[in-house]
Formats: sequence, structure tokens, C-alpha cells
Amino acid sequence: MDVGQLQRQFIDYTASLFREGFLDDQFTQLRKLQDENNPDFVFEVVSLFFDDSEKLVNNMAKALEQPIVEFEQVDAHVHQFKGSSSSIGAHRVKNVCAAFRGFCEQQNSDGLEQQIIAAGGSIPMVE
Amino acid sequence: MGLKMQSHHSVAVRLNEQLGTKRGYTFIQANRAWLPKFLIFWIMLMAVFSNFVYEKMDAANKERREEVLISMCDQRARMLQDQFSVSVNHVHALAILVSTFHYFKNPSAIDQETFAEYTARTAFERPLLSGVAYALRVTNAERERFEKQHGWTIKTMEREASPIRDEYAPVIFSQETVSYIESLDMMSGEEDRENILRARATGKAVLTSPFRLLGSHHLGVVLTFPVYKSKLPPNPTVAQRIEASAGYLGGAFDVESLVENLLGQLAGNQAIVVNVYDITNSSDPLIMYGRQYQEVDMSLLHESNLDFGDPFRKHQMICRYHQKEPTSWTSLTTAFLFFVIGLLVGYILYGAAIHIVKVEDDFHEMQELKVRAEAADVAKSQFLATVSHEIRTPMNGILGMLALLLDTELSSTQRDYAQTAQACGKALITLINEVLDRAKIEAGKLELEAVPFNLRSILDDVLSLFSEKSRHKGLELAVSVSDKVPEMVIGDPGRFRQIITNLVGNSVKFTEQGHIFVQVHLAEITKALMDAKAETCLNGGSDEGLVSNGGCQFRTLSGCQAADDQNCWDRFKHLIFDEELQSDALNVTAVTSEASEKVTLMVSVEDTGIGIPLRAQGRVFTPFMQADSSTSRNYGGTGIGLSISKCLVELMGGQIKFISRPQIGSTFSFTADFGRCKKNALSDLKKGNSDDLPTVFRGLKAIVVDGRPVRATVTKYHLKRLGILVEVASSIKMAVAVSGKNGSLTSGKGNATDLILVEKDSWVSEDDANLNLQLLDWKPNGHTLKLPKMVLLATNISSAEFDKAKAAGFADTVIMKPLRASMVAACLQQVLGLGKKRQQGKDMLNGPSFLQSLLCGKKILVVDDNRVNRRVAAGALKKFGADVECAESGKAALQLLQLPHSFDACFMDIQMPEMDGFEATRRIRQVEIKANEQMNGGCCPEGAATKSEWHLPILAMTADVIHATYDECLKCGMDGYVSKPFEEENLYQAVAKFFKSKPITDL
Repeated sequence: MDVGQLQRQFIDYTASLFREGFLDDQFTQLRKLQDENNPDFVFEVVSLFFDDSEKLVNNMAKALEQPIVEFEQVDAHVHQFKGSSSSIGAHRVKNVCAAFRGFCEQQNSDGLEQQIIAAGGSIPMVE
Repeated sequence: MGLKMQSHHSVAVRLNEQLGTKRGYTFIQANRAWLPKFLIFWIMLMAVFSNFVYEKMDAANKERREEVLISMCDQRARMLQDQFSVSVNHVHALAILVSTFHYFKNPSAIDQETFAEYTARTAFERPLLSGVAYALRVTNAERERFEKQHGWTIKTMEREASPIRDEYAPVIFSQETVSYIESLDMMSGEEDRENILRARATGKAVLTSPFRLLGSHHLGVVLTFPVYKSKLPPNPTVAQRIEASAGYLGGAFDVESLVENLLGQLAGNQAIVVNVYDITNSSDPLIMYGRQYQEVDMSLLHESNLDFGDPFRKHQMICRYHQKEPTSWTSLTTAFLFFVIGLLVGYILYGAAIHIVKVEDDFHEMQELKVRAEAADVAKSQFLATVSHEIRTPMNGILGMLALLLDTELSSTQRDYAQTAQACGKALITLINEVLDRAKIEAGKLELEAVPFNLRSILDDVLSLFSEKSRHKGLELAVSVSDKVPEMVIGDPGRFRQIITNLVGNSVKFTEQGHIFVQVHLAEITKALMDAKAETCLNGGSDEGLVSNGGCQFRTLSGCQAADDQNCWDRFKHLIFDEELQSDALNVTAVTSEASEKVTLMVSVEDTGIGIPLRAQGRVFTPFMQADSSTSRNYGGTGIGLSISKCLVELMGGQIKFISRPQIGSTFSFTADFGRCKKNALSDLKKGNSDDLPTVFRGLKAIVVDGRPVRATVTKYHLKRLGILVEVASSIKMAVAVSGKNGSLTSGKGNATDLILVEKDSWVSEDDANLNLQLLDWKPNGHTLKLPKMVLLATNISSAEFDKAKAAGFADTVIMKPLRASMVAACLQQVLGLGKKRQQGKDMLNGPSFLQSLLCGKKILVVDDNRVNRRVAAGALKKFGADVECAESGKAALQLLQLPHSFDACFMDIQMPEMDGFEATRRIRQVEIKANEQMNGGCCPEGAATKSEWHLPILAMTADVIHATYDECLKCGMDGYVSKPFEEENLYQAVAKFFKSKPITDL
């Protein structure tokens, strides 16, 4: 495959991400920030984001598995997650986080579960 | 959303609780269930009371009645007794007469005839007696002799010959009325016999018990007196009396008829019934007078004792009322009235209480509803704010995408579509921002800034915004600011601009021809001129006729009529020229206003548009109300702008009002309070903020040729701002004359006219050839020193006209209206070939390049606990050339910011674990204050020069601009906030405040 095709694919993919609302304007802004002084800026930020996200999601999972869920802790993690996702322009993640935080404040674990499922997660069964 | 619902619910619950506790129950309210019982109790009380009243009055009545009865009875008894005793005395006298003349005289002086005559003639003395008679005591031994002497036998009461007894008492003398009893033996009647015996024993008048009298068969009593034949010894014994008694004088009282007569003489005879009894035998009273069983009132009686002079007999008079006591209507009605009044009073009180209860209930209900309505209103505002905010986010996405789309290669149609979409999106964002503004104002969250700004440049900016549109429509758009208005004022430039933009925007929207004229004056001067207004108008009216030329009937900016007549030239002239000419007079006010901190400006925006229909004028300032539903169809808009403007004006401490005449135009004017800049501060700020006008034109001379004074004044105002000395001529001829004069007078000093600005209307109206000639004429006059440059002023100009103008000598330039000082300056620079460097510098004030210039080389600290955020923020700032360092927590930031440090600014995330942005800022400030104190304490050589001792600009970064309370940021010592993720414009605005002066000097 030649580079041109790859680039086109990349553009298409990015466009589809925009279209389906995975990304928003912020990501465009982010890409604008990349210039010759800072050639790998987007890559750097995105990988940071993924690292962070993994850590945060794991932390959250841990917190939620506790017999007594500490909502404040979960909320703190979600807040972080929301912050980074909005910075990077991960629109959907940000929205899920926002909803998630709402339920955290209410301490509504049913809602949380719904959100987790909606986000594609799984709920550990508790005997 | 669920959370919000819950919080609303809890708010409602809290409100209810509050209501419950707040509800002050009054006494009546608390006892509402008792009210009917109170009423019944009251009625009963009233009934008892009125009954009591009745009883009291009735008792008084009865007492009075009894008293009357007693007095009447006693009166009757006394009269009867008196009359009786008179009669008795008379009979006594008669007895003495008989004893004197019958026994002590010998022979007897009295015979039957004498006695009869005497008694008949003295009968008036004895009205109670039906008659008197004298009976002689005759013993049985003497009977025969006595019968022989008189010639008749002694008879009994039954008129038979008397049987033999021990003693007889035949009547020998008798009054004529009772002559039938002559020769009857008185002792033969049981009653009489007893009487005689008792009389002779006592020697006193004695009465019989009542019996039917012989003649009349009336009830009567017989009075008997003993007559003694010899004088009795003092204190005679009974035997002596019997021995001495010679006969008996008797009289019959016809009690019945007598009492009848007696009573007949007295008043009130009908009312009472009188009975007279003989009660000698108290167990069996004998009736003497009156019927025993009569229909009388038995309830009340009075007994009066009668003494008829016979101690053996007792008599009594009993009086009764003839009729039963009549019902006492007065007392009955009085009592009833009492009852009725009581009832009414009770009912009124009850009604009042019920009413109070009802009103209070209603009041509480209303209060509750009010609270609910207010809560709903707050909820509405909140909802509006939230929704607007929520809409704004995706809208930004749309706009961003559209911008990106426009960057790509598009066909012209596609580009058109995309541009339209972008324009619409921008309009929508504006609307949303307006709604947000309104919601903020309603929630009282909007606070005005107080920063120094240049009013004139803001007005110029606004004008430039609309210049395209107005030029397109062929409207005159002009602004004029009075000289008295200070150059710099303190206020909120953004909001001021918003108001002006709104008003001018409306005017532009609704005006098809004519002009839009923005004026700014000091409110005091405007007010001062109001007094002279009437006079002015009169004077103005007289000259208007004289100077009307070229078909302009109204001396306004464009010649079209304006709604507010007072804004026409006559007044404007006063506003502008009075300030100059009568400066002495106005100096006083100017001085006083100079001294005060505040300056109140009066801004008016006049247009010659379609005006506001009269019926819609009342609701112009109501949000979402347009004059007409057709208005929004024809002109678009939501009608929220004016209501926001009104709110803003009120926040600025002023008032907005308007005068509008349909089809003629509207004039909106408002007042607003601004702070006055202090002189020294002003000079500092001038450099940074307002001094964007070049100074190279100072001292130049210009002539403005314009037939319309208002327009000429506007032109003059703009030129004056550039420091150009201006004279006004109403036609080119006059201009030539003026400039010629100037030229000749001051030619030596090179002070000739540099510029001639000709209004297009004035030029077109004059003859071309004429003009050329004059120009030719002028050239020699100009002494070839400097030919004045010719500039044409036009609102819109066709290319043909433009060519013509060039041909006519306006080779130099055409300045398109609306005039703005900066634009005029640019054009004049072009004409006069003066330096243009500054102009370029000014262009850089916008866009990322400027941001770059602001941030370039600055050392900036970014504090955020989120790695990604930190990286992005750093990237963005680096993009603009800043030197960025990062800290991942408040503590780390504090470490880095230990004094002395070399950071120029700090961007601080608010929500961080351990130490949040507020706390970190507070600590940084503490450290700074300490350091400053030390510095000042130790030495103050630089003093005022290093004004910015230690003060690191700290900007909050927050994702939530709406909810991040700006107040809180300021409270803990932050200098502003930027939204996260960074938006260029937002960043620029925030940063520009701090780095303003530096880049200019750097450049």
C-alpha cells in the first residue's frame, strides 16, 4: 500500500471518529499545536492519555469491587479521567465520565453499573 | 440529570419546611374550629343577658304598679275612714242632742216632728248614713205605760207585736228616710240587740257586722250610740252605764252605695276593684262591699286596715287591679333589641373572624404559590443557563468543524453552504450567549468590570462593525462624542460595547434610508440645556425657514426627519457649541464634575427607520417581545437584545428610554455612570490602550465643505481627534473664500489650509465647471506653497461618480463613510504620505500572532494533576512561544514558586487532590505579601517605579466556565480564569490583561 492510500485511510478514519462523536473540536486544536518544534506532540499526548486511562480504569475497577464502594474515590478517578479525555478531545469518553460523575454524587450504584455496561464494561457478579 | 432532579426536589421540600415554620398562626387562625362554638356561646350569652334586662325592667314595672295600688288603696281607705268618722261624730252629737233636749229638759223639747226635721236638715252632715233613729229603753214593767202613752204597741222587726221580754228598745224618733222603723223594737233584731247591749256597756259608738238593711236591701252596718239620762260619773263602770242608759241612737250605714259614691269621686276608679270586709272574726271575713268572686287580677292585692271607731270590730279594705297586668311592651322590645344587637354584633365578629381566616388562608396559599413561582423562575433561569451552556459546547464543535471544512478544498456551492452554515452557527452562538447573559443578569450573577477604557475607540469599533451594512443600504452612520466627555472612563467596555452594538444593530436593521447617529454627551450638560430647550426651539424654528436648502427640511444628519425633534441641529448646535462658546458658564459645572469621581454620560442613538408602532412601545424592553410578529419575519432577531441592554444600563446605574414615531424613526437614549480616571493613571494608560491614533496630523488645517451642519460637525469631531484644526464651510465657494483668506493672511508662516474635505452631496450639487474654475482660481492664490489636498467624503459612491470625482480634482482620495478616526487617519496618511508604520502595528493586535507576541519568551508555570491536561496546556502555550514548566500538584507549584523565581505567569487547575488551586493560590499570595513587606521595610528606593513588586499573575483553569465562580477565583487572589481546554480567544483575553504593555515595548 502506498503512503497516499494510507494517509487517505487515516483521514477517513479520523473523519469517522469525528462523525461518530468519538472526537471533538479539541482534538483538532490539539493537532494544530503540533508543529516542527514539536513533531510528535499528538502522539505523545495520546499515548499519555492511553497510559493514564488504563491506570485510571484499573483504579476505578478496584474501587468499585470493594464491598463498600467509596464513591468519593471513584469520583476522583472519574474526574481525572474526564479532565484528560476533554483535554484530548475524546468526546464520548468525556460524556460518559460526566454522566458517571453524576451517579457518583448520588451514590447510585445501579446507575454506575448501567454506565459501565453502556461503556462496554462488565459487572462482576457478587454472590 | 437525576442529580439535578433530586436537588430540585430537596429544594422544594426545604421550601415547604420553611413555609411551615414561617407560617405565623394568629390567634383567630389557631382557634378556627372554635369559631362557630364561640358564636353559639355568644348568642346564648346575649339571650341570657337580654332576659335579665327584661326581668329587671319588668320588676321595676311591677313595683311601680304595686306602689300605685298601695297608694290608691290607702287613699280610699283613708277617705272612707274619714268620712265614716265624721258621720260617727255627727251621730254622737245627735245622741248628745237627744240626751240634752229630751231628757234634761222637762218637758222634752224634742218630739218626733222636731227630730225628723232636724235630722232631715242636718242629713248633709251624715252623707254615709241612710238615716238615724232614736230607740227608747223600755223595760217590760214600763211597756204598758209606754204603749198607752204613745198609742201603739211595740213591734218586732217582723212587724208583729213584740213578745214579752225583759227590755225593749222601740224606736220613737226617726228620720223621715227610715220612718218605717218607728215603733219597731230594735232589740228584737239579733244584730241590733247585741249592738245596743255593747253600746250601752261601753258608752261608745258600736257597729254591727254587715247585713242586709231593711229598706234598701243593701249591705250595710248599723251604728248605735247609747244615750244616758243622767250625767255619768267619771270612769263609770259597766253597771253604772247600763243603769244610766235611757235610749239608743242608731244610724244605718248603707255601705255599698256609700262606698260606691265615694269611689266614684276618685280617679282611677275603673282600674281597681275594692272590697271591704269585716274581719272581726278573722277566720270568716264578712264582706261589706264588693263582689266576692269577680274576674280580677288575683296576683296582686293590697290590704288597708280601716278603723271605723269601734274597737270591737275590725275592718279591712282589699284593693286589686281590675285587669291583669298588661304585657310591658317597652321592656320586651328593649330586651329584644338588646338581643338583636348582640346577635348582630356576634354575627359581625364571626363574619370578620371567618373572613380573616379566609384571607389568611388565601394569603398563605398565595405566599406558597409565590415561593413556588419564584422557585420555578429560578429553576427556569437555571435551566436556561444550563441548556444554553450545554448547547454551546456542541455548537463549538459544529463551528470548529465548519471552519475545518472551509479550510479544505470545496466547490463554490459547497463553500457557500458551509459559509452559510457557519454564519448561522455564529448567529446561534450569539443568541445563546445573549440568553446566557439574560439568565445571568436575572440570577444577579452578572457583574460589571471596572477598567479604564476609551469610549471613543469603542464607538469607532462598533461603527466599523456596521459600516459594511450601512454602506450597503446607503445610510449615513455617524458618531459624535462631546469634548467634555473624558477620554478615558472607568467602566465595563465589553458591556458598553454590547449596548451600543445592540442599539446600533437594531437601528441598522430597521432603517432603510436616512441616517443613524450616535451621540455621547455629559448628562449634566444635556440636562442643563433642557432648561433652555423651549427657548432654543423657538429660535430654531425661526431660522429653519431661512436656511432650508436643497430640499432638506430637517436639519438632521441626513436630512430625514428624526423621531426626537430635540436631537436636531438646533439642539445639537447648542450641545456642541455651547460647550465651546459658553465655556465660561459651563466651566463651573465642568469643574464640579471634574472633581467628582463619577461621570454620567448620556448616549443617544438616533435613526430614521420604520419606528416602533405605538401599541408596541410599552413592551419594547420585555424579553422576547418584538414590536410585531411580522417584525421577526421581516427582520429576524429574537427581541432579547433590548431587554439585555436595559438590564445592563440599569446595572451601570442609568436609565434607557426611547422616543419613536412610526415611519419616522426612533431615538434610543440611555444614561450610564462611569468612573473618572485619575489624571496620572490616565497618562499611564494612554500609551497602552487608547493611543492608537497617530499624532502626525497635529496642527494641520482643514476645511470641511458640507451643507449640513450636523454632518459637518461629525466630520469635524473626527478630524479634531486627530489634532487637525477644522473650519466648516457650507459650500465650495465659501471654502475657497475662507482658504484664500487664510492663505493670504498666513502665507508667510506656512499655515495655509492643508486639506479640503468635501461632502459628496455638496459637491454633486455644485456645478462641475464652477468647481474647476475655482480650483484654478485658487492655485495662484495658494502662493504655490502647498496646495491643499482635496478629499471627497461619501457614504457610497458609484464607479462613474468616482471617475467623475477624479476628473474634478479629487484625485487624492475618497473617504468612505462612516467616518472613524483611525480610518480617516489611514486615508489621510495615504493622501499626505505620512508615516504608516503604526498602522501595521495596529493590525497585529488581533489573531494568534498577537498572542504569540504576548506570550513569546514568557516563562509560564502550568499546574495540573492530570498528565494529559498538563501536556496539552503546555503544548498550547509552547505553540505561542512560551517557555513552559509543569507542576503536578499545588505543593509542587509552591516549591517552584519559592521567591525569587522567574515565572511570568501561572496557570492553575482548580480541582486537585491534596491542595486545590484556590488553596495553592492563597499560599502563594501569602508568601508574596510577606516578601513585599520585607522589601518595603528594608529599602524603598525604587518605590513606585517597581509597581509590580511580587505579584505573579495566576489564572485558574477550569472546564466549567459558567459554574466556576469568578468571585471565588478573585477572592483567593487569582487574576482571572481560562476555560479548559484552551480556546485561543479566551486565552488571549485573559493573558492580554497582564502582558499588554510589555510586547509593545519589546516590539
